[in-house]
Amino acid sequence: MIPTFIGITILCFLVVHLAPGDPAELMAGGGLAAAGGAGISLQKRGAVDQALAEWRALYGLDKPLHVQYFVWLKNLVRLDLGSSFKDNRSVWEKIRERLPVTLKLEFFSLLLVYAVAIPLGVYSATHRDTFGDYATTVAAFVLFAVPVVWAATMALVFICGGDFLYLFPPGGLTSIDYGREWPLWERINDQTWHLFLPVVLLSYAGFAGLSRYMRSSMLEVLRQDYIQVARAKGLSERIVVFKHAVRNSLIPQVTILAELLPGLIGGSVIIETVFSLPGMGQLGYDAVLARDYPIVLALLTITAVLTLIGILLSDILLAAVDPRIAFGRRSE
Amino acid sequence: MAAKSPAAAAAAPAAGLAPMEVPSGEGQWSAVWKSLRHNGLALVGLYTILFLFTVAAGADFLANNKPYYMIYQGRSYFPLVRSGLVRFGLAKWQPELLNMDFKTVNAERKIFPPIPHLATDIDLRAPFETPSPQHWLGTDKLGRDVLAGLIHGSRISLSIGFVAVGIALVVGVVLGALAGYFGSWVDLLISRIFEVMLTVPTFFLLIAIAAMFPPSIFLTMAIIGLTSWVGMARFTRSEFLRIRGLDYVTAALALGVSTRKIMFRHILPNALAPVLVSVVLGVAGAILTESSLSFLGIGVPLEAVTWGSILNEARSATFAWWLAVFPGAAIFITVLAYYLLGEGLRDALDPRLKGTR
Repeated sequence: MIPTFIGITILCFLVVHLAPGDPAELMAGGGLAAAGGAGISLQKRGAVDQALAEWRALYGLDKPLHVQYFVWLKNLVRLDLGSSFKDNRSVWEKIRERLPVTLKLEFFSLLLVYAVAIPLGVYSATHRDTFGDYATTVAAFVLFAVPVVWAATMALVFICGGDFLYLFPPGGLTSIDYGREWPLWERINDQTWHLFLPVVLLSYAGFAGLSRYMRSSMLEVLRQDYIQVARAKGLSERIVVFKHAVRNSLIPQVTILAELLPGLIGGSVIIETVFSLPGMGQLGYDAVLARDYPIVLALLTITAVLTLIGILLSDILLAAVDPRIAFGRRSE
Repeated sequence: MAAKSPAAAAAAPAAGLAPMEVPSGEGQWSAVWKSLRHNGLALVGLYTILFLFTVAAGADFLANNKPYYMIYQGRSYFPLVRSGLVRFGLAKWQPELLNMDFKTVNAERKIFPPIPHLATDIDLRAPFETPSPQHWLGTDKLGRDVLAGLIHGSRISLSIGFVAVGIALVVGVVLGALAGYFGSWVDLLISRIFEVMLTVPTFFLLIAIAAMFPPSIFLTMAIIGLTSWVGMARFTRSEFLRIRGLDYVTAALALGVSTRKIMFRHILPNALAPVLVSVVLGVAGAILTESSLSFLGIGVPLEAVTWGSILNEARSATFAWWLAVFPGAAIFITVLAYYLLGEGLRDALDPRLKGTR
């Protein structure tokens, strides 16, 4: 855990700090940088340079890289993520603002992924080699190959009020005239209407992929002897499938949970950009463009650490639901 | 599936023994091809990929603003071929053709390629044209032909897919081989690197690098490659772990074959099969990633026309449905083709899996 954590911090720090481009110049705005080049008097130019140098000193950017790294790491361990270059607000505060949107998106898409994938996988496996099985397998395979950027753009063009249908809003979290005074039902309705498309777009690849996993893991379980025994002792097919088979075939799906975590910001950048949703993905993307190092670093490390915890949790969970797996032996 | 062991084949004649009984005739790869040949969907994928490669290779002859052949003032010219020669410094333009606009010039005879536009031909008089005989798939906001953009964009997509996966393959196989062969602390160290790469949010890292560095196709290839090798490395590692314990490796060790030779001549060829599937799927992944990056307007230089960048234009011009439908379909078909081939290969390489997926 610890070496991996150190590795993560070194990688993230180096990537961000070795990139060319000076945040000071960007912060100073196009104005100063442009003025520096555009023949202003030597005296003023000196003042510009001095301002930039002071700014760098303020954020410790004038120190050697390894010193900066250790300062940052020390603060990180104390959970101090620093403050944004852009508006000097604490990074925590900015993340806290954006978190609910992303959490909402992720929560509902995760729910949708499992709610669709598990029944589909079970259906496919229990109706093996029937038309229904082929149809769902092919549909899942094709759906998995649909690029998110394409699906999102197609939705925007055809069903979000362009020249074609207006089934869903083209972006945002709520309607413009949305207000606290709306009745509860209408507020929920409006939010659902806005969230529906982003959630579906975030999750379709997930449920397409997971349903195939579910199918194969279900098929594997159905081949086991104890299923034969259950059938032989006269249990109804319904009980065999839902009580004996499904539970065991769910075990491998637990590990997928950890793999879904990195999507917390990465995966939603595209959707949040296309549908202008003020979530973590958008925060990260804007921070990258503005070279707001503290925010970029914070998002990278937080997501990595969350994933690390996710992997650990799913290992523990796996051992908890499946006594055959012992600790100290990682399942590959 | 008994792979012919190279060590056995090489050692037996050298030692002057009667050749060992190797299952005669077919090696692993011909068995794979046999299985693949009967897999219709995988073949569809394979042929689609070959078609895409033909299009990418012949892009200049399919979509170009210079005619194949032209009779101008009584003399015949081959402007397209010559432009190619000029680009490589093998010829110079004839003075009368210099700066000529071939589309409007009044020549006796002009034979153009099927799509008489380059991807970068700007025509500000024809922005956002709907698909028509002049522009089969319409034009974008600068009047650039979408079909020409797709044809020339296929080069960027396919080359990024291949180079990125090539980089990933080299890094992944080397690290995986070292970890699997040497074990102990080497394995421990390399496995920590795997963990770091698995936990860091790769796509966001890519966005960060691509947006902070100056846009470049090579950088995009490199960073996609350097962030996508973990899968291949893990496969290679477990294969090396498995094969290292086999008798023929012990035999090679006993014969005093050098470590490097054992790793790369004797183990690697037998370890590559499972990696191959992730290579094919990796190409699809790299193409997807590249198109997502150019969709966000980062990575590949802005003036380059890629599938993702055409798709991106549809976001701000939602009436221009052709800008959304066609480039996205191109990405989709390419990715689907690689998935089909990858799936077919997986079945061919491991018959036990057939029907379970």
